[in-house]
Amino acid sequence: MRFLFKTNYQQDVRLFTHGGQVFWYTVLGVLLLVAPFILSEYVLSQLVFVLIYSIVGFGLMVLTGYTGQVSLGHAAFLGVGAYTEALLQSHGVPFFISIPCAAIMAGGVGVIVGLPALRLRGLYLAIATLAFGIIVEEILTRWESVTGGGAGKHVKPVSFFGVPLDADETFYYLCLFVVVVCALGVLNLMRSPTGRAFIAIRDSEVSAASLGISLARYKTLSFAISAALTGLAGALYAHKLSFITPEQFGLLVSIELITIVILGGAGALHGAVFGSIILIVLPQLIAIAKDFLPEGVGSQTGLQSFVFGAVLVGFILFEPMGLYGRWLKIRTYFSLFPFYRRGLFRRQKVYMKSDRLK
Amino acid sequence: MSTVFFEASHLAIRFGGVVAVNDVSFTVRKGEVFAIIGPNGAGKTTIFNLISLIYPPTAGRITFEGRELTGLAPDRVASLGIARTFQNIELFEHATVLQNLLIGRHVHHRTRVWEELLFLPKVKRAELEHREEVERIIDFLDLQHYRDSLVAGLPYGVRKVVEVGRALCAKPKLLLLDEPSSGLNPEETDDMAFWIEDIKNHLGITVLMVEHDMNLVSRVSDRVLALNQGQMLAMGTAAQVQSHPSVIEAYLGGEGD
Repeated sequence: MRFLFKTNYQQDVRLFTHGGQVFWYTVLGVLLLVAPFILSEYVLSQLVFVLIYSIVGFGLMVLTGYTGQVSLGHAAFLGVGAYTEALLQSHGVPFFISIPCAAIMAGGVGVIVGLPALRLRGLYLAIATLAFGIIVEEILTRWESVTGGGAGKHVKPVSFFGVPLDADETFYYLCLFVVVVCALGVLNLMRSPTGRAFIAIRDSEVSAASLGISLARYKTLSFAISAALTGLAGALYAHKLSFITPEQFGLLVSIELITIVILGGAGALHGAVFGSIILIVLPQLIAIAKDFLPEGVGSQTGLQSFVFGAVLVGFILFEPMGLYGRWLKIRTYFSLFPFYRRGLFRRQKVYMKSDRLK
Repeated sequence: MSTVFFEASHLAIRFGGVVAVNDVSFTVRKGEVFAIIGPNGAGKTTIFNLISLIYPPTAGRITFEGRELTGLAPDRVASLGIARTFQNIELFEHATVLQNLLIGRHVHHRTRVWEELLFLPKVKRAELEHREEVERIIDFLDLQHYRDSLVAGLPYGVRKVVEVGRALCAKPKLLLLDEPSSGLNPEETDDMAFWIEDIKNHLGITVLMVEHDMNLVSRVSDRVLALNQGQMLAMGTAAQVQSHPSVIEAYLGGEGD
């Protein structure tokens, strides 16, 4: 077990608390940088999806994992980001302007959705955001002059002053860069007063308010940041798919996005990345498993949704802290061996809370 | 002293047909410990919730340093210099003690969101300053052992102290303690009494507290207000209030019963 000997307060403010972390993150960074040279085109393309979903995961982590607000309409922010990007690109706006614009646009919509969140909690908020998601999907379908309607919209590949950067490797590096910037931004926020205010709201709204934290301001802010990150991911997603239709931003996608947080583990950014990995890897595993399953089972159309549902329920029942929580437990088990006890990690109630004193 | 430090005048609140607090008026002087006592359901905690604006009063007004509180947003109360604890402990369970105390510093944060996103040197400097203030409170309340432990795993007595610490981190002018000794063993209650005296004498913070333990009340408080069923019974020193006939009647039952 590692014991940290702390000699000044700076040590608690730093991003990396000890040398081991610096080492492992450097290894990870190097691996990610050389990935395009090692991996096949297909795997690289899946890795790009993992990166994009990770950004959405960060967004949901801010909202659900840290602030404790539920959203079942996050695919809508993804859609707003994607369509903003597609639209700006078709007008020839360079990507380094259009991508931030997509984030700002989604963030703005996030503020509007955040307003009902000031009055609603738990289940009611979930329903409000669900309705919002459906409204946005409907708007994307009906507003044909702008979005192309159900027929879909073509997205130009990323280009830098007329030079197309559509090679998989370049796009991968762009996504990697955005992921790193977003992760640093969220980590910075979480070690500052704003991040702590989010956590305060998650754990007890009454005492947060009594300590001077404005619930209205910080809930709206959390929605805005979360939506902006999701919009950013949406912009990259649009480029990746190169063709977008409103169904890609429907209710089922919102639920898929929520599973990132639940499978990965709410309350830590690692969770968002782990969750995205499962979200991408699981369908592949199911596809492989299909060949080994009996005829009647393997060819069922609902197989994938069934497995996803089962995995989700399984996680909620047996590992509410998600994959990251499992990883922490395994690590603690070995570092404390043989003194690990089962109750060491108690169940977190992040998702929904009873309303006290209201 | 020209302006009254803290004043509640003709405070009343009704929940449906229940009059929880009825026509309660009192003033708290700067630098004293003022205790509110009364049997269960007397409306003590309700008065606290009225002060922190969790409920709007049906009638009456509350002023703090000449400013009217009623009508403000609940989070403004803290920035005026009033901090509180809760009867049932409302800590941030899934955060460490240190984080809880740092959240207590929230009213003093001056950094903007975009500065925090980039974690500019200014933010870092502010963080270290907050940390120093928090460490002062940690020393004051002997919480060094628990600095990095999650609140969810702490024993009740320690949580109670952490909550007082969190309120103190806000550097309030007026501290509201809602039953500081409830659930504490005699030894911990003793410590709490010391701390309340120290809060008053060394930190110079005025304390308004709701308390059941009469030993604690008579030991630390300068003045006491007794309530029963939302009505004021008596006000004065602990001894005066304890010997007041209507207080005895409220606690022990009247002769006619």
